[in-house]
Amino acid sequence: MIKTDALIIGAGPTGLFTAHQLKLIGLNCEVVDNLDKIGGQCIELYPDKPIYDIPAVPECTGEELTNNLINQLKPFDIKFHLSERVEEVKKNNENWQIKTNKGTEFSTPNIIIAGGVGSFEPRKFSPKECENFENKSLFYSIKDKSIFKGKTVSIFGGGDSALDWAIELSKDSKINLIHRRDEFRGAQATVDKMNELAKSSKINLFTKYQLKSVNGKEILESIDIEHDNKEIKNLKSDYVLGFFGLIMQLGPIANWGLNIDKKTISVDTEKFETNQKGIYAVGDICTYPGKLKLILSGFHEGALAARACFKLARPNEKYRFEFTTTSTNLLKRLGKKE
Amino acid sequence: MPKITYIEHNGKSHTIEVANGLSVMEGAVQNNIPGIDADCGGSMACATCHVYVKEEWFNKLPKKEDGEEDMLDMAFEPKTNSRLSCQLMVSEQIDGLVVNLPEKQV
Repeated sequence: MIKTDALIIGAGPTGLFTAHQLKLIGLNCEVVDNLDKIGGQCIELYPDKPIYDIPAVPECTGEELTNNLINQLKPFDIKFHLSERVEEVKKNNENWQIKTNKGTEFSTPNIIIAGGVGSFEPRKFSPKECENFENKSLFYSIKDKSIFKGKTVSIFGGGDSALDWAIELSKDSKINLIHRRDEFRGAQATVDKMNELAKSSKINLFTKYQLKSVNGKEILESIDIEHDNKEIKNLKSDYVLGFFGLIMQLGPIANWGLNIDKKTISVDTEKFETNQKGIYAVGDICTYPGKLKLILSGFHEGALAARACFKLARPNEKYRFEFTTTSTNLLKRLGKKE
Repeated sequence: MPKITYIEHNGKSHTIEVANGLSVMEGAVQNNIPGIDADCGGSMACATCHVYVKEEWFNKLPKKEDGEEDMLDMAFEPKTNSRLSCQLMVSEQIDGLVVNLPEKQV
């Protein structure tokens, strides 16, 4: 059981700056995020897209913003729990007990939800029966590529993940690559390589097709794919892989007794506290009259929520407002003074 | 004000007036039309405001910009007449537009 002054859920820009604010005022914190990397939507959805409305930063990409925020956290020691999703939140006397899907447990008076639009999950195939084969012969990510050796693998998608795996697995497996249109959005070199392999029949390419159904009882036998013109083809397949990017799902947050409206959590604008004492929501996931879904709003919300955490984490101390330009305390925490 | 008709997957139809300059997505969200999630808020990063545009309208709309087709790869059951409604700006030219909503967005 990890004891901490505050637990932040979400390692996007808002979660990162909130961590900064907590550490600056002398509280410790840990961060959990379902993605395998830090940065949230900035890193997952638009790492290369420029952002123009961060105060005092005329232009930066999602990746640059993330790296700058990580740099800003350098003076502090913050533990990140990546590829973990918070499943359970329960009240135990004064503290919240938190459990992740990997079994990590926390005890804290403060939980700050900086969860964006929820946790990122792979986008799945639409035919219902796909669920029956999921994680057996149908996957949305690859953990052990050796299982595909000598097998027939049908890969769906038009981005780098689909192309990279089609190329990689074509060395030892029979590959069908299926995409809904002629164009691929992967890197040009990867697309060229794939086309080369398709020409030499190392990859069977099917464009303008989508998955219609998967067939088999216990074991996957074949799949049906449908062309834009409704023509259906049956492909023998031992495995099916889908690479359609990630979607955002609110997930377990919906079960924690919070006031949720249209996938956002209602908060007050003094502490950014939810209807549950000691649970705050900041960034895109919170809502209040006048809410703007901007990164700069998330920074403000996180700064205020961090101050609210102080009261519950240090009930016998009084929080004193200080500036980083002048406060010896703050400069010590920032490593700028002995 | 231009009228936009949103038809849910179950056939329920909503015709509403949407102010010029808003997107077809914003028209739906502001009027609580179920079936358009718009998780990313209109930054063309999520494909959860996906709609099907009736044929007679599809060719009248401004062409897709770079990135929209890529994003549609990730939509739920994209078709040749798919668009992201966050990229469709409301104006007098599209008064009467009819869009069909997919079974779900994710």
